[in-house]
Amino acid sequence: MELFKNTNYDFLGKKWPFIIASLVLSVAGLTSIVAKGGLKYGIDFKEGTLIQVKFANPPEDNKIRAAMLQKVKGEVSVQDLSGNGVLNTVEIQTEAKGQGEREMNANQAVMRSVLTDTFGQPGSGKLDLNNTSAEELVNRLRDPLARAGVAMSEQQLQTLVGSILGEINTHHSGLITNFDDLRSVPGMNSGIMNTLQQECYLAPFHVNTAQMVGPKVGAKLRQKALFATLYALAGMLVYIAFRFEWIYGLGAVIACFHDTLITIGLFSLFNKEISMTVIAALLTLVGYSMNDTIVIFDRIRENLKFSRKESLEAVMNRAVNQTLSRTIMTSGLTFLTVIALFIWGGPVLNGFSFALVCGIIIGTYSSVFVASPIVLFWHNYADARRKPAPGSGPAGPKAPTGGPAAPRAETLRKGSTKAVR
Amino acid sequence: MQKNLTTRAVIIVVTILLCVIGIIGVPTSKADLIDHLKHNIRLGLDLKGGSRLVMEVQVEDAVKGDGQQTIERLQQAATKQSIVWNSAEVTGLSEPASVDDADHVAIVIKGVNPGKASEFRNLVSTEAPTYILTTLNSTDYSLKLTPSDLSELKKQAVQGAIDTISNRINDLGVAETSVQQYGQSGADYQILIELPGIDDSAHAKEVIGTTAVLSITGVDKQHDTPFTSREDAMAKLGGILPLNEKLVKAKPRVGGQADEWYLVGAIPVITGRDMRSARAGQGDTPRTWQTSFTLSQDGGRKFARFTGDHVGDKLAVILDNDIVNVATINERIEDSGRIMGLSSQEEATDLARYLRSGSLPARVTTVFENSVGPSLGADSIHQGIVSGIAGLIAVITAMLVYYRRSGVNAVLALILNTVVLLAAISYLHAALTLPGIAGVILTIGMAVDSNVLIFERIREELRTGKGTYAAVDTGFNKAWWTIVDTHVTTVVSCAFLFLFGEGPVRGFAVTLTIGLIANVFTAVFVSRTIFNWELSGRRGTEPLSI
Repeated sequence: MELFKNTNYDFLGKKWPFIIASLVLSVAGLTSIVAKGGLKYGIDFKEGTLIQVKFANPPEDNKIRAAMLQKVKGEVSVQDLSGNGVLNTVEIQTEAKGQGEREMNANQAVMRSVLTDTFGQPGSGKLDLNNTSAEELVNRLRDPLARAGVAMSEQQLQTLVGSILGEINTHHSGLITNFDDLRSVPGMNSGIMNTLQQECYLAPFHVNTAQMVGPKVGAKLRQKALFATLYALAGMLVYIAFRFEWIYGLGAVIACFHDTLITIGLFSLFNKEISMTVIAALLTLVGYSMNDTIVIFDRIRENLKFSRKESLEAVMNRAVNQTLSRTIMTSGLTFLTVIALFIWGGPVLNGFSFALVCGIIIGTYSSVFVASPIVLFWHNYADARRKPAPGSGPAGPKAPTGGPAAPRAETLRKGSTKAVR
Repeated sequence: MQKNLTTRAVIIVVTILLCVIGIIGVPTSKADLIDHLKHNIRLGLDLKGGSRLVMEVQVEDAVKGDGQQTIERLQQAATKQSIVWNSAEVTGLSEPASVDDADHVAIVIKGVNPGKASEFRNLVSTEAPTYILTTLNSTDYSLKLTPSDLSELKKQAVQGAIDTISNRINDLGVAETSVQQYGQSGADYQILIELPGIDDSAHAKEVIGTTAVLSITGVDKQHDTPFTSREDAMAKLGGILPLNEKLVKAKPRVGGQADEWYLVGAIPVITGRDMRSARAGQGDTPRTWQTSFTLSQDGGRKFARFTGDHVGDKLAVILDNDIVNVATINERIEDSGRIMGLSSQEEATDLARYLRSGSLPARVTTVFENSVGPSLGADSIHQGIVSGIAGLIAVITAMLVYYRRSGVNAVLALILNTVVLLAAISYLHAALTLPGIAGVILTIGMAVDSNVLIFERIREELRTGKGTYAAVDTGFNKAWWTIVDTHVTTVVSCAFLFLFGEGPVRGFAVTLTIGLIANVFTAVFVSRTIFNWELSGRRGTEPLSI
């Protein structure tokens, strides 16, 4: 089966609509970022305290907010995360404005205790089974079990507690509403069950994630991720410049930059958060886009060896056409994987797969419509400067074909022995 | 040719075997297999659940402590030589103190008799050789640590904190914890702590002892019953805090009783440094618990002197700014003793842990914390696997439909690539994290791409009318440099990500680099061997299924 056989589309002739589309998308993204007062950072980069809580029933956001406001210092925001496979989950967050690490640490403890006071049974003296650690539960059950006449070694007790918490965490997403859910736990019997019900209660919520990012760390994390990416781009530029020509390196890096910029813009437009996993996705898309660009550049280089009389634009067009089949195949297949991740990957991977879905589309077209035109523009410009053609105007970017200013593949080769392997 | 092929086949089979052993070991049963798999492919905290904490060591505490010790030393030596001064204090700390203050800490000694100036100088150079003396005026002096000693002291403080925290965490009995320097040594005073499986970070922080500097000190004899508040205490003391004493609040216990404040000595009798070991045990009477402890020789001497003088008085165990226990001195205690009459085993265990944990050379503050519950991790793994498999099936189907028999080749290479990648993760004892999975996805993408590149090239060559064998050969050769360029570029970028990035970004870079190296092996070497093997059995005119 073959989809594309000896195609001959004039890709570079149609570059302008795509370049304009790229500009529009970039500007729209940037405008959105500026208008919204910066990017929306995910929990990893946000300075402040945050807990994610899963409730047994649809949570009453207002009640949570009111309870929090009474006790927690500073602003409190409660955001409902439900939807997209997530059920009854809220994110409660306090801003770090002017707070030191110490206040933030205290805030987290307060947030937990407010939840217990509002939704739990703080006065009962019982242990909340939905929000406890193995150690706490072991200590809690040891004596009562002995009193109830359930003979158990320390080892058996540890194993039992491990199974109980394991059951709650892996099969009930950390939250059970009925002790009967624990009947299937290995080693469970009526004596243990009775003791468990005497000593513990089930609060209708479970704290999923807790996060605290101090002012020193949040800024540092953002900075480090940014600089690592910039250095990586610079490293790629140098390598490509070494293997091809510097303008190829620049073209490829600008294309990657363009992809990242548009994707980040889309994140702002769609109100999505930039988290550490999204950064990983952005790095993935840089790698992907770079790969795509190099395949085309490589083919251009190869073609230049044999075609001395053709214009550079024609050589590029041929290279894009020759690699079209592989471009569609690879992009298509990678896209399939990413789409699967986007649809079924769940909330944690949502931002990640969204970035890749955007990135693959943009990364594929940027190789053809951003990276290649940059190389072409530069050679047109260099050529026009080297031999100013009498009677014809300076080589405008809109008229790269046919005119006397159009670079010959031959002139390119002279200037770049490195381009031939 | 045939011999060459055999060598290649042997290399491939050996690699596969090594990889498979790396991933699942040599299992003898199904349970064994799952066990090995779980052991070898470790999951990161974001997938398995657990806590990741970054703590900052308040190095200014260590510098201040060194200053206070130096003052004490100078004072003792000065008394012998009958040199006197009006005041000596550590200055340069702002409120609240930050790590940057460490560089500004100085000892200021005022009112030294001008006639004894040279003796004073001699005293400082023998007793405080790590300090540089500056004359402020005829009677006042300032002492600062030399830059090299200062940075050494700060490094020691961080290392000391790492050691102490490691000890405390080992007490938790959690597997695969890690405590390490975070950021640049000597410039950042931070420690990264990873606690897999512990999602209750509040408890973890308590154990690590976020602010724990242990000291044991005497409770004021006249006021050994607790006050209800600071105001209550001040009222009863007539508004004046006695010299060398301070008010400390007792840590509230579960059940929420009223606040308790004690008036205790400002200078500790012993500190965590003097503590050798401590353990919890059953008390003499049923249902009571106790914590026994042993002290260092030096600590024992100090403790014996104090307890001998204060039988019947009370002692307070203070963790940073909270009293965790108040006990009555029954007799003179030398290097071993016990705290009796504790109400629960938990209380005894915690107290033992506090005592045993040694003293942190400086306070530590949590500056970053991320705890993922195991339930959230389990959900992500499940969804990740489901979607990953769905994606993989789609890719495999498409490859088989589009490239037919040769597609099988690509699929084999793809699977082998994943196997090599997993084996490398297992051999390197790396953990699989979400960003790592991002690396795996890009690897698979590039692996598919390498195969597609080669196949398209072979097709092109076939179209020009080349024979099957020649087409395969040229196809591989021509695609080779493209593959090298794409892979090296990506590896170069990974090198930078690894050097300058951290945590998750590094995980991504490592996985991707391994995956790409594996890919060059599978997509080029293995795939070509299979092609050659297929072709070796037939004449060059038969068409290739591609």
